[in-house]
Amino acid sequence: MATLRIPTPLRPYTEGQSEVSVPGQTVAEALNQLIAQYPALEQHIFNGDGQLRPFVNLFLGEDNISDLQGLDTPLTESDRLILIPSIAGG
Amino acid sequence: MTLQITTDILRQIHAHGEAAYPEEGAGFLLGADGTPRRVTAILALPNAREDSARRNRYLVTPRDYLKAELEADRLGLSLIGVFHSHPDHPNRPSEYDREWAQPFFSYVITSVEGGQAVASRSWRLTEDRSALLEETIQITG
Repeated sequence: MATLRIPTPLRPYTEGQSEVSVPGQTVAEALNQLIAQYPALEQHIFNGDGQLRPFVNLFLGEDNISDLQGLDTPLTESDRLILIPSIAGG
Repeated sequence: MTLQITTDILRQIHAHGEAAYPEEGAGFLLGADGTPRRVTAILALPNAREDSARRNRYLVTPRDYLKAELEADRLGLSLIGVFHSHPDHPNRPSEYDREWAQPFFSYVITSVEGGQAVASRSWRLTEDRSALLEETIQITG
């Protein structure tokens, strides 16, 4: 299973864990599994249309998945996804 | 909800807002989450927004975010919030602030008028993401 690094503000939803194992062949499947495990995370990751919220960045190694195949980016057992929020405001 | 912060750290936050004026300045609050939540250090960061937007927007890059989290780990602290300034604007969160807010974090906003930091207030996102609620800032030392 791939691992997913959870940023500090979302750790209250993963029982304090900074990394979770997520089964799935793609990033989308891994995120769906994450949310199945921790349903309260959904609204902070996806908007009402099922799209990633604009502040959600997912990196596979050094690459932002938006530069790969987006949510369809394939994952292998040894992959480590990193979820990083864009911190922004005005 | 209470955010405890020292006079010295608040002064650092104000100085960062004044140095960034007339643009927005931002950074992270490091410390420990408890009752009260306590800020013990800050990490001031460059505003990554393009030149034309920095007067009313701020952005921390993913790379700077990750560095900040690792720095907090190194210090045995946690990222507990974000601070930013509102140049010539009240220290209330904007709708844009709410849309981009993360749960859990404290958002300290400082009004900077004519280059002079005036006052700071702190806010936290509600669980349903519908609002940022004010929390008390308790100034110590």
